[in-house]
Amino acid sequence: MPVVLEHLGKRFGDGAPVLDDVNANIKQGEFVALLGASGCGKSTLLNIIAGLEAPTSGALEVPSDGAAFMFQDAALFPWLTARENIELALKLRGVGKAERRTKAQELLELVHLGSAGDKRPHELSGGMRQRVSLARSLAQDRQLLLMDEPFAALDAITRDLLHDELERIWKETGRTIVFVTHNVREAVRLGQRVLLLSSRPGRVVQEWAVTEEHRTDAGLAGQLTGVITARLREEIRRHAK
Amino acid sequence: MPSNPTPLAEAPSETASGAAPAEHVHAALTRTSTGHEDLRELESGLDSLQSDADRKHRVDWSRILLPVAALVVLVLIWQFYVSLGVKRRDLVPGPLDVVAQMGVLWSDGKLQGSMWTSLQRGVVGFLISVAIATPVGLLLAQVAPLRRAFGPLISGLQVLPSVAWVPAAIIWFGLTDATVYFVVFMGAIPSIINGLISGVDQIPPQYRRVGTVLGASRLQMALQVILPAALPGYLSGLKQGWAFSWRSLMAAEIIAVGGTIGFGLGSLLDQGRDLSDMTIVMAAILLILAVGILIELLVFGPIEKRLLRRRGLLAGSTR
Repeated sequence: MPVVLEHLGKRFGDGAPVLDDVNANIKQGEFVALLGASGCGKSTLLNIIAGLEAPTSGALEVPSDGAAFMFQDAALFPWLTARENIELALKLRGVGKAERRTKAQELLELVHLGSAGDKRPHELSGGMRQRVSLARSLAQDRQLLLMDEPFAALDAITRDLLHDELERIWKETGRTIVFVTHNVREAVRLGQRVLLLSSRPGRVVQEWAVTEEHRTDAGLAGQLTGVITARLREEIRRHAK
Repeated sequence: MPSNPTPLAEAPSETASGAAPAEHVHAALTRTSTGHEDLRELESGLDSLQSDADRKHRVDWSRILLPVAALVVLVLIWQFYVSLGVKRRDLVPGPLDVVAQMGVLWSDGKLQGSMWTSLQRGVVGFLISVAIATPVGLLLAQVAPLRRAFGPLISGLQVLPSVAWVPAAIIWFGLTDATVYFVVFMGAIPSIINGLISGVDQIPPQYRRVGTVLGASRLQMALQVILPAALPGYLSGLKQGWAFSWRSLMAAEIIAVGGTIGFGLGSLLDQGRDLSDMTIVMAAILLILAVGILIELLVFGPIEKRLLRRRGLLAGSTR
């Protein structure tokens, strides 16, 4: 089990808890979509798994080498080209200079940006930037990849394509992926398992398995989307005054 | 528009006639591409649609002609004012008188000599200041207690006119080069430190998070992330640092004359005052100004422009 969360809780200062009694097991090589409305502490949970923040209660087990992280905005360094951004990740990992070059090119090819390596982030479109960002997080070479709404800011056409792309890369690289989103369709499209987090405090309230049939049968996928949406709305309605 | 209603009316009838309603949710819910090659093709099509075509850089003549025209206009106004004869000619010499004086100074070798002396000292003093101020600035920007302790002092030093150090420097070092360099350091170092600190303050917090996630050590974070991210602010700090070096140098040269200090542009200016020769004074002022403009045009301008262009920050600016 690369990731085990047990009774995980988090509160900032003495405010209300953001996360409360979160339990989850994520298997090696699994693609888990973490779904929730705004304010459910999805990003906080991801930060805790990444080791960027500490939980206030409970226990968690994560891979000892940490996790790769992909942010909502590509967060590429504007003073480096696409290739140099990836090379920097390799360099900080301790990869030698000669190997960095070939490895970065491989990763660029993997995200279909083999010929855009010398472009700077501002010369790339949003989708291309996110793909460079994906390549950079793969360059970290961690088994666990955490993604914090990476496609939320993209246009619909690009997002649909990147869903296919991410699925392909996940299958090719065998990473364990925790993908945070507030988009039910995205969760159903990508996750093998969808975990629904409640809001204030965040807690895993229900989970659904997404099968291979859902990937090809739009009717089945639509049905599941409907079920999950209904459950999500129920959670949101609880907060009505 | 008689031709438009046709496609509009067709759209709903198509769905009604049973063209698989599932098609409409297909894109967001299931695999949309048919394979790796298809995906590659789609992506590359979208990439080329979404990226701008490369634009060529060409020489923009207005960049050269406009400043030259402005200069010509100013000189003409000056000449016009002088020819009105409001003031005595020896108090307000015309542009031609000043140019003639420059010619005399040139043939004496004084012009080149003093300019070279000053420029050399300014540049050396500035470079040493950079070498001192950069690590100090990074340290202050990164270590909170240090910054809280010394930040106000550094800001204060930047406000303090460095010419205030001249008397102290003369007492400590006498009329030597050390005096001049000391004053230059006191002018340039605080402003470079401050520029670097404010550059670091303006780094988006996301960059540090990325650095942390990528596993950067403290030193790697400073050199690979913080310093390059702060470069635009650092560069304007350097520009200001150079300005302060040059000003402090001139002040020092005007006040501290003689000894082993050498003959710089400031000394030339002071000599003009001693001789009550306004043409020398004006010539010296124009030369000091010219050095400032040349350094900006030949050194800082191109570096800054390149830096901003590479980061995509130049679009829409008036530079």
